[in-house]
Amino acid sequence: MGRITLAGVTKRFGETEVIPPLDLEIADGEFVVFVGPSGCGKSTLLRLIAGLEDVSSGQVSIDGRDMTEAPPAQRGLAMVFQSYALYPHMSVRANIAFPLRMAGMDKAEQARRVEAAAEVLNLTAYLDRRPGQLSGGQRQRVAIGRAIVREPAAFLFDEPLSNLDAALRVGMRLEISELHKRLATTMVYVTHDQVEAMTMADKIVVLQAGRIEQVGSPLDLYHRPQNRFVAGFIGSPRMNFIEGPEAARHGAHVIGIRPEHVVVSQTEGPWKGRVTVTEHLGSDTYYHVHDTGLAEALTVRAPGDGMAAPGDEVWLQPDMDRIHRFDANGARI
Amino acid sequence: MSTRSSRKAARLMLSPSVIVLLVWMIVPLAVTVWYSLLRYNLLRPERTGFIWFRNYTNFVASPAFLSSIVNTLILVVGVLVITVVLGILIALLIDRPIWGQGIVRILVISPFFIMPPVAALIWKNMFMNPTNGLFAEAAKFLGLPPFDFLGHAPLASITLMVAWQWLPFATLILLTALQSMSSEQIEAAEMDGANALNRFWFIVLPHLSRAITVVILIQTIFLLGVFAEILVTTNGGPGTASTTLTFLIYKEALLGFNAGTAAAGGVIAVILANIVAIFLMIAVGRNLDA
Repeated sequence: MGRITLAGVTKRFGETEVIPPLDLEIADGEFVVFVGPSGCGKSTLLRLIAGLEDVSSGQVSIDGRDMTEAPPAQRGLAMVFQSYALYPHMSVRANIAFPLRMAGMDKAEQARRVEAAAEVLNLTAYLDRRPGQLSGGQRQRVAIGRAIVREPAAFLFDEPLSNLDAALRVGMRLEISELHKRLATTMVYVTHDQVEAMTMADKIVVLQAGRIEQVGSPLDLYHRPQNRFVAGFIGSPRMNFIEGPEAARHGAHVIGIRPEHVVVSQTEGPWKGRVTVTEHLGSDTYYHVHDTGLAEALTVRAPGDGMAAPGDEVWLQPDMDRIHRFDANGARI
Repeated sequence: MSTRSSRKAARLMLSPSVIVLLVWMIVPLAVTVWYSLLRYNLLRPERTGFIWFRNYTNFVASPAFLSSIVNTLILVVGVLVITVVLGILIALLIDRPIWGQGIVRILVISPFFIMPPVAALIWKNMFMNPTNGLFAEAAKFLGLPPFDFLGHAPLASITLMVAWQWLPFATLILLTALQSMSSEQIEAAEMDGANALNRFWFIVLPHLSRAITVVILIQTIFLLGVFAEILVTTNGGPGTASTTLTFLIYKEALLGFNAGTAAAGGVIAVILANIVAIFLMIAVGRNLDA
């Protein structure tokens, strides 16, 4: 079981309020991702749940029990840190067994659980090595192993993939998702990378300046962003925002259109501009279009065999059904 | 430093200092070894001659020799234990963010700035003096008879003084090691259910092992040569109760005027120091690898 409830939780460091009153419900077995720009308080929020920071006010409960004052060890949560935080002087086996040893479990049961975890994580061959002799991905797996042997109520991940290179990151992303499928344990995952959030989450919590901007499934956030911040944060390349008369024509202060919802034409369309930069990704081509009179630059996503070259005049045909409208405060209309 | 001519030039320019250092080291050692094989007493300059290892057998056979070695070991080990244990505790304390941290840290390292003879005299006259020392006053206040520290426990008293001198060094080295401790590791241990004692024993202490090794190695080198504290407090006494190997050599040379025997003692001290160093390197030096 791993139901986590935050009720009116706040956090202040001295005078600065990092997290204004915040309510959040995390259901048992859910994969929840906290995402937001750096400094948005997502890591702080995770540490509040873990008990590594004290809440300034409000209540943290796990499975219905009030854990606000409980020390980290009693909350039944396991955490994977950004730096992995492995114990460098212990072997991989001792690292993974450490929480069991602290819990006073008997040796045979410890060994059995460590072997099982190593099996799951493909670490069996490395059990007698020191963390210093492992690669980044292997260290990451040891950290996960140390978390899963305890069979915690929930896993907390604090930007676990940010120290890995791009190829490894994609692989580990998949492994963590598979692990979640297999264990069906609640996972709370913090990242600044919206791709990680979109690919892994059952539920995404978008944070900005300690406030929850929107909570929803990945596609929910993609299709129905509640405000301009979420619209701009979710999706890559970023959504284009257009202000002024064109927005007013749609009865909004700002309208947003995603790059993939605009078709490039070399003959006709409602908007006209000039291509300045093209980015070829093979499968897709991104055009940066200037001089449209709508916004400084519009990004457009076209098929990989797109014909337009820098300097070309192009016409843009937005999918009018997929235009997002926002009022002057940035809220969705 | 890559071309042949620049390497040659470098060697040429380095050689004067290397030669000076070598001469500085080799000549005194060679002279000491040479004296140690001679009959050489300053009070009887007319009796000279080569006597092989008679000086060595005389020095080793003297009744003070064995006790001086035991005293040296007690002093070194005692100071090491006190400084390492207290050093870790103080470092843990002053690593915490407290008000006036800068001042506290300066106070903690200040004993290191006081010259050994001065420190020893202050301990002897202000604290340990059985008639007007502060400890005696404290004992009298509690209704106890004052204790004559340097008379009845000379070696322990000197160990205490030397430990007080070296505590800042140990604390400083251990504090810097403590500050390089990753806070995420501590937090991970906290999440893993380790209480404060377990966190110290399984996470912090292993992290400090390298710094402890450095403290032990460096302090041992200096502690084998402790001299001033003994000279100004007990003068090796009462009897030979606080005579260390270094002090015994001094007594032979400058109180007995026997340069030959003193030189032999010096050579023995060098050999013993090397044996201790080898044992230390085997015992704790592996912490410095990797």
